[in-house]
Order: sequence, then C-alpha cells, then structure tokens
Amino acid sequence: MKDSLTLLSRLSAHPDSRCWFLAWNPTGTLLASCGGDRTIRIWGKEGDSWVCKSVLGEGHQRTVRKVAWSPCGNYLASASFDATTCIWKKKQTQFECVTTLEGHENEVKSVSWAPSGNLLATCSRDKSVWVWEVDEEDEYECVSVLNSHTQDVKHVVWHPNQELLASASYDDTVKLYREEEDDWVCTATLEGHESTVWSLAFDKSGEQLATCSDDNTVRIWRQYKLGNEQGVVCSGSDPSWKCICILSGFHTRTIYDVSWSHLTGSLATACGDDAIRVFEEDTCSDPQQPSFSMTAHMSRAHSQDVNCVVWHPKEEGLLASCSDDGEIAFWQYQRLE
Amino acid sequence: MVGGNQLENANPLIYQRSGDRQVTAQDEDEDIPDKIDDREIFDLIRSINDPEHPLSLEELNVVEQVRVKVNDDESTVAVEFTPTIPHCSMATLIGLSIKVKLLRSLPERFKVDVHITPGTHASEHAVNKQLADKERVAAALENSHLLEVVNQCLSARS
Repeated sequence: MKDSLTLLSRLSAHPDSRCWFLAWNPTGTLLASCGGDRTIRIWGKEGDSWVCKSVLGEGHQRTVRKVAWSPCGNYLASASFDATTCIWKKKQTQFECVTTLEGHENEVKSVSWAPSGNLLATCSRDKSVWVWEVDEEDEYECVSVLNSHTQDVKHVVWHPNQELLASASYDDTVKLYREEEDDWVCTATLEGHESTVWSLAFDKSGEQLATCSDDNTVRIWRQYKLGNEQGVVCSGSDPSWKCICILSGFHTRTIYDVSWSHLTGSLATACGDDAIRVFEEDTCSDPQQPSFSMTAHMSRAHSQDVNCVVWHPKEEGLLASCSDDGEIAFWQYQRLE
Repeated sequence: MVGGNQLENANPLIYQRSGDRQVTAQDEDEDIPDKIDDREIFDLIRSINDPEHPLSLEELNVVEQVRVKVNDDESTVAVEFTPTIPHCSMATLIGLSIKVKLLRSLPERFKVDVHITPGTHASEHAVNKQLADKERVAAALENSHLLEVVNQCLSARS
C-alpha cells in the first residue's frame, strides 16, 4: 500500500520555524507557503526542482497562518496572527502589498476567494467571519460580519462554483452562509464532530463537503435540496447537509487539513501523527451512503505534525504537504487498480 | 492576577521535594543509550515556579512523577497536572508553562500532551482543549506579555 505514494522532493521552506499552509496558483505553476517566520514564500519549478522565486517578508508582524490565490492568479491574500489580511499583487515575478485589510480583533486564521474573484472571506479567533467585496480599483469593502460561531473560527472555504461560504470552528461545528437581500446569513450548521473542526474541502461538484477534526475523524457531508428523493428534510428553501460517512479509526491524532482532488476525487489528509493518508470512494458504493477505503498511508511523511496537504490543480496525483518541521514535500500518488 | 494581592489559595498544602535522581552504573555507561524516562520528564517540570506562590509545582503537588507517562520509542509524553483548587484561574498558565518547558527541552520528534488530572478542575475540558490547540499555543507565545509570564514560571528561583 505504501508504494502508492512516492516522495518526489523535499525542501526546507521555513527553516527554524513551522510551515503552516500551502496554496497552488490556479494554473499550478506557483506554490505559495507561509509560516511562523512571518514570511510568505513563492515556489516555482526549474527543471526537476522547486526553487524559491520570491520571499514576501514585509507584510506581517506575526505568524502568517494561511495564504490564498485569487481565481485569476494575479493576487495573493495572506491571513496573519497580527490581525490583518494583506492583498499582494503579482507584477511579473515580484509581489507588492496593495492593501491591508483591518478589522478583526485578533488572529486572522484563514482567507478564501470566491470563484468569481469579487468576494473574499476572512475568519478569526474573534469568532467572526467577514465577507469583503472587491471592486476594479482593488478597493475592498466589508459587506458583512457574521457572528454565528461561538468560538475561534479556524477555516473558511467557498463553494467551487456558487457564492456559498463554509466555515469551520473551535466550537466543533461547520456553518454555511449565502447572500440574502444585501446581507449574508447563516443557512446551515453541521453538527457531529466532537472537537475542533480544523479544515474543510468541497468536492468538484460542490455537493459534498469533507471536514476534519481534533476528534481524529473525517466526515463527509452531502447536500440535499428541497424536495429531494431521499426524503431528507430541509428547513425553508435552503438545502440541508447530512453526514453520510465518517472515516474513523485511521488517524491517531488531530487531523489538520483535508484536500479533495477535483481531478480524481481522491481525498488526502494531513495529520498530527506526522502521516499523510489518501482515501478513495469505493467503486460500487451507494452515493447516499458511500464507503471509502484508505489507499495510501505514508507514516512519517514529515518529522513533525503535517499541517497542510493540497492536490495540484492540473496534474493528477501530484500532492504537496508542509509541516511543523518547516519543510515542504512533493508526492506522487498512484491509484492502484 | 486575581483581586490584587488576594491569593486564590492563601494556605496551600506544601509537600516534600523528592531527592535527586539515583544515578546507576548503566546511566554512566556511555555505550548504552539512555532512553528518556518518566523521571527525566519529571525532573524537567518539577522546579517550574507556581505563578502565585514562591513554591515549585512539585512542592504544591501540582506535578507528580506518577502522572508523567513517557514512551521514548513512540516519541510521546503525557503529563497530568493537578491545580491546588478546582477554580484555580491559573490552570491554563500552569499547563502552558509545563508544555513550553517540555517543547523547549525535548527533541522535536516528541508529541507533548498536557492535561488536567481528571476531576480536579471546574473547567477541565476547556483548559485541556486550549492546551491541545497548537495554533492557540503558538499565537499565545507570540504575545510578549504572556511569554514574559511563562518565562518567569520557567526561570530558576533565586
């Protein structure tokens, strides 16, 4: 089973610090990393090796927790413990900080761009999720402050093709939001995890959501629209989300991240037990009650906690990961038939 | 801290300190690798200063060797600590000090878990959850005021 995940290369990305998060640009030519050393680094491939193209060191006073590329690939947003979010504009190979978004009371934990590129979401330990509108002049305006969570909000992600936002929290829940008459409203709360929900990922269609938690499980949720054949009850006109699968017994510590490949449907996880695992939905499984099998398990993928895994957007099976050991690793996943 | 000079627990029970580790012939044999054991972990944390009293965590029985579990082969360390009173507002700070001391002292391969001894604190679950959240621990340690307080707990007493 181990052979299905092969190490391609490994590099020291944030030496003497931890590497918290990675993000591929939409074409997959650049990888952004961020870490406890307060920097963002941009990596590109030269020949067979990944090299650091630029270091964005001036934007933040504290840890840079997450980074996100705009759908056009010309902007990078960075969320920091210094309570700000920076927007970087790409100019050939250099990046310039064009705006700093302020407003959160303390650590900004995550940032995400809507598929249209016109909306940005941020979340913080201050328990709030903010939605920002972007205009053509690179001006950002906060259009909504959502206070639905009762604790620290860890992660925000947009639906792949709708203006539907999802957030994961220390309050053990996931919440979904959409716009309603000039404001944003919470339309669903996904309850089931028994501890902090650290991250979440939509599948390609956006009809399924994978969430990972400090309870050492991954949960798969499916959207059921009003009047669905399965008879899942919806309140009002909004779809209802139901947990249809729990991956338990695989991970031995906190699962910090989950990535759902939009090319192959494979699900990868980053775990505090230093391992990377890949799961596949079984071929004959019922879509309403799917079963998943673990198809790869790389124990000691890193020498410390794995914080992030992310599938390449264009190349099937190419996976990047990063860790508390400050390193980035690239892996090739081979589905065994 | 709490109510100016008013101590939360004005008259804590004081316990005898344990003696120094007995060094065996095997310990001194340079050819035998010495695994990290419970006593070694206990020795790292027993002299941590209590944030309130001029006493060590060992003297207040907040830490005990029997509540330290180390597995060198699996690179895990689990420590339970017992606040002197169930409403002790210092519990998170004490736990954080223990965690920081171990993270600074042990090889990076170790997974360090610090918990409150079950049933000994009113907010046991909340404190445990906060101590287990490495993102919040990392953010707390970037706060210079809090870091100073932790460092005071970890400094050698004059």
